[in-house]
Amino acid sequence: MSQRKIKKGIRALYAKDPIEADRLLWGRETDPVSRRGFLKTSALTAMGVVLGAPMVFAKHFPAGLIPAALLDSDAPFAIPGKHPELIVLNDKPLNAETPAHLLDDKTTPADKFFVRNNGLPPDAASLDPRKWTLTIEGEAVRAKKTYTLDELKSKFKHYTWQLTLECGGNGRKEYSPPTKGLQWTNGAVGCAAWTGVRLKDVLNDVGLKSNAVYIGYYGKDKHINGSNDVVISRGVPMSKAMQDESLIAWAMNGQDIPLLNGHPLRLVFGGWPASASGKWLSRIVVRDRVHDGAKMNGQSYRVPCTPVAPGAKVEDKDMCIIEAMPVKSLITYPKSGAMLQSGQKMPLRGHAWAGDLSIKEVHYSIDFGQTWQLCNLEKPANRNAWQHFNAQVAFPQRGYYEVWARATDENGVSQPMVIPAWNPAGYLNNACHRIAVKVG
Amino acid sequence: MFLNAPDNLDEKQQARFQDAWMRMLMMVINAIKLFVLLAFGLVLFAFFGDALLDVFKQPTPAPANAGGSSPVAVVDEFDKVENGIHIMTGLKVAEGWEIVRGVCTACHSAQLVTQTKATRDGWQQMIRWMQQTQGLWDLGDQEKTILDYLATNYAPEEDSRRPNLDIEAIQWYVLELEAGE
Repeated sequence: MSQRKIKKGIRALYAKDPIEADRLLWGRETDPVSRRGFLKTSALTAMGVVLGAPMVFAKHFPAGLIPAALLDSDAPFAIPGKHPELIVLNDKPLNAETPAHLLDDKTTPADKFFVRNNGLPPDAASLDPRKWTLTIEGEAVRAKKTYTLDELKSKFKHYTWQLTLECGGNGRKEYSPPTKGLQWTNGAVGCAAWTGVRLKDVLNDVGLKSNAVYIGYYGKDKHINGSNDVVISRGVPMSKAMQDESLIAWAMNGQDIPLLNGHPLRLVFGGWPASASGKWLSRIVVRDRVHDGAKMNGQSYRVPCTPVAPGAKVEDKDMCIIEAMPVKSLITYPKSGAMLQSGQKMPLRGHAWAGDLSIKEVHYSIDFGQTWQLCNLEKPANRNAWQHFNAQVAFPQRGYYEVWARATDENGVSQPMVIPAWNPAGYLNNACHRIAVKVG
Repeated sequence: MFLNAPDNLDEKQQARFQDAWMRMLMMVINAIKLFVLLAFGLVLFAFFGDALLDVFKQPTPAPANAGGSSPVAVVDEFDKVENGIHIMTGLKVAEGWEIVRGVCTACHSAQLVTQTKATRDGWQQMIRWMQQTQGLWDLGDQEKTILDYLATNYAPEEDSRRPNLDIEAIQWYVLELEAGE
């Protein structure tokens, strides 16, 4: 229960309980006698990554202080390379979501792209793109093959696609009874222009056997327990792997991918739970069975195969892997809390997406879903890109309003107004997004 | 049921008119209720009056050792508690519950309490409303005990298919519209 209202900025976190903030953000523990921050290796790594350099004399660094390099005199605390208003979810390792109004850009800039880490990002110093290699192996390849990053770039045709990545647990916060996991509101989503080579071109170059079923990835992130355990190793079935828009990417919006988002190389499978798109990619296995890496099994990124009642316990064998994400939309302008004068029309903007499908229509409602008005809707830049909608909203009289948005995919499936099917780990909440507006 | 106020009154006057009208209506209804109750009481007394008076003539003392078979089953029923719930009223047995039973059920069913969920502030507002309109007396020192009990045991549950937007958390701002919009 205490997990329900715990999002806050890093500065707020430090203001409340600096020692605890240390522990939560960096895994940094305090020696109760000297009050010095006791930095475990993992904490050093985490701090070093965020600072962009290893911290010298770290053992003398007092507990509960935000490293000065991360302090900006008046701006709120920011994760370097990320917008200061990103909301840090109170967990270790670093996870941060983007408030809806910061997702107003047509393609999401790197500094506003959410951060989801299952483990600790690799040491910045170890990430040399010139030495980076990608190995393809597994039961269903003819022979193991390794490419350097340069070889990938020179040997295969480059593609740039706008691809939507959304965490499978985005919106988890609203489930009742509450489910465990990061209590994302609705900002664990973004759509950037990714540049790389097609996974299918690379796999075809390696040569596949006819028994290929699934691909799985391995990355260079480290387990928070400091061991060499695999943090996360997920993947997708061959049909998604061989899709034209499935990329091995090295660039985001024409720049290097930010460290926290997988620099120097990652997979991007638009429209599927973002956890399928491995970061810091070093190895791909082509499997003759459904991949069984870390977080492919149990209850991770799975929902009940058949609907269950809220709060039900579901056995692992009755849980099915999430594939394409459901239809969803987000109002990105205005920010919730807008006050207008009577008679003013309010511009409304946002994006809508639906896994591997396109969006057919977006509607908005100002009367809690009693009546719906059609929005203007743009076509997607490509498959798996989110689509932009806009409208001019008129309000009949002064008062408190909620503006709701509801997208419908090409198969006629719409977003629910209430919370959708409860599931044990709180995935796939695609309920209508709502903003508050006051008129007069 | 509502009488239309004359058109020449402004909003406030209209409200006051409706208010006065409602109060009159309630008085009439209460008078009718009282009359029916009295009549019913008289009829009952005519039938069972003797038996009732006997009770007062020979009061039965409550047994000191309540275990085993009690001769007065009614007393047992009156205080019976199962799984932390007082059976007769349905109230949760927790600190202060007896005061709540005594005060609240003097006028209305305990069900009115047990089906309601509110914050401390919400419960206090209900008490004020009962004091202003329903003849509830000043609760004095008991008010704190009652509020503690209600706010603890009948607090709002965050259990809905869709919670409200967090109104407290909204930072209201004037939306500056761009030119041409």
